[in-house]
Amino acid sequence: MNTAPAVAYRGHLENGKLGYQRCTDCSAAVFYPRVLCPFCGSSALEWCESVGRGTVYATTAVHSRNRAPRNVVLVDLDEGFRMMSRVEGVPAEKVEIGTRVRFEVRQEDEPVAVFVREES
Amino acid sequence: MSIRGKSAIVGAAESELGKVGSGFTPLDLVGQATERALADAGLEKRDVDGLFSASVYYQMPTLSAGEYLGIRPRYSDATMMGGSSFVSHLLHATAAIEAGLCEVALITYASTQLSEGGFRGVSDPPNLYETPYEPRYPVSMYALAASRHMHEYGTTREQLAEVAVAAREWAKLNPKAFVRNDLTVEDVLASRMVSSPLSILDCCLVTDGGGALLVTSAERAKDLRKPPVYLLGAGEAHWHRNISQMPDLTTTAATDSGRRAYEMARVGPEDVDVAMLYDAFTINPILFLEDLGFCEKGEGGTFVEGGRIAPGGELAVNTNGGGLSYNHPGMYGLLLLIEAVRQLRGECAERQVEDAEIALAHGNGGVLSSQVTALVGTESVL
Repeated sequence: MNTAPAVAYRGHLENGKLGYQRCTDCSAAVFYPRVLCPFCGSSALEWCESVGRGTVYATTAVHSRNRAPRNVVLVDLDEGFRMMSRVEGVPAEKVEIGTRVRFEVRQEDEPVAVFVREES
Repeated sequence: MSIRGKSAIVGAAESELGKVGSGFTPLDLVGQATERALADAGLEKRDVDGLFSASVYYQMPTLSAGEYLGIRPRYSDATMMGGSSFVSHLLHATAAIEAGLCEVALITYASTQLSEGGFRGVSDPPNLYETPYEPRYPVSMYALAASRHMHEYGTTREQLAEVAVAAREWAKLNPKAFVRNDLTVEDVLASRMVSSPLSILDCCLVTDGGGALLVTSAERAKDLRKPPVYLLGAGEAHWHRNISQMPDLTTTAATDSGRRAYEMARVGPEDVDVAMLYDAFTINPILFLEDLGFCEKGEGGTFVEGGRIAPGGELAVNTNGGGLSYNHPGMYGLLLLIEAVRQLRGECAERQVEDAEIALAHGNGGVLSSQVTALVGTESVL
């Protein structure tokens, strides 16, 4: 493996893609990116592009002084991996578990994977 | 070979607690607690040959404690798994004693975070996959777990609040508890939201404080000052570090640590007289009551209703007032062991659980990450 996992992940985001890994030995989806599969131990991981659709698994609205509450979620992607993110376009308290969401990239200091509600 | 009953806690003491005042260092509190624990046991400092500690201040905590105390241990263990570390140290100390690697182990910890201005936690490097979303560590991680438990099992904020109210009722019976005023479910629900569904009164205290435990072989324990509190069984488990890697946010690794501890101790949850369940947040005891077999998965919220874990309730839980109302100096696992010891010795005055023979002490570390369960008992249950 010539590229560090974190660098490859960011490279995907810079191209507007949500990258994850799949183990070619046990077929598990792997996230966060690693150099070996945490399920079977194989180092035969290949990079894949997620379709970027998932379901909110858990949610919280974080309250801090002098700023609007911010949403933090765990999203289960349809390919079978979970990640932390936020859902935009909805008040932080209104994000609900079970909501279908779609991936987008925001350019902050670094490119960041966020989600918006999928149009019904 | 089992280590059941092979070791005993023979000394237990807190340092000054609450807010100790500026200028004191965590090592000063380690010194206070150690002196008191030695007096409690009737041991001398020179008897200590094993040293166990964890810290968010000192990267090499047994070296710092050893130097400050003037102890030159032949066995040293700085296992760091957050608040659960000290329950783990009890198991590790027992293994070391049984292997002949040390004879008298000191487990010690302290923090002066409140006198320094507030919460002081671990300082891991930023996590590329979580830090950009600005969860507030650690409360947001527990809030995520609470949100999922509410979604799957219908657990309510009122049930979470019942945990805080029960802790407060116990704290009212403990002169050392930091907060002892009246608290109602309505007060908890109306308090400032921190990370939904957890409000400020769903969160443990931020206090100074520390403690020390002395552990030795069952044989040596017989001749010391206080009735020995024997380690019957203990188990460790961890499945993740970061919350986004926790497989199921409603089931913790306490299912494994608890099973290991019960098997070693040859007891079950029905035998437990006092349950000390690490309550960093109100969701924790609900999860641990389920995962440690006091009720079925999903029934924790119902279990804590109606004062069932409060004084006079069905199960005595967190009889010192817990991290929620007694003291929570950053990491709390040592203090819950101290309370377990005192209950089994019958030293708890107003809050004493009658005929307590078996106590369960459950430590949690990280973000529901590390789970360590210990069962301790009096001589009568050996």
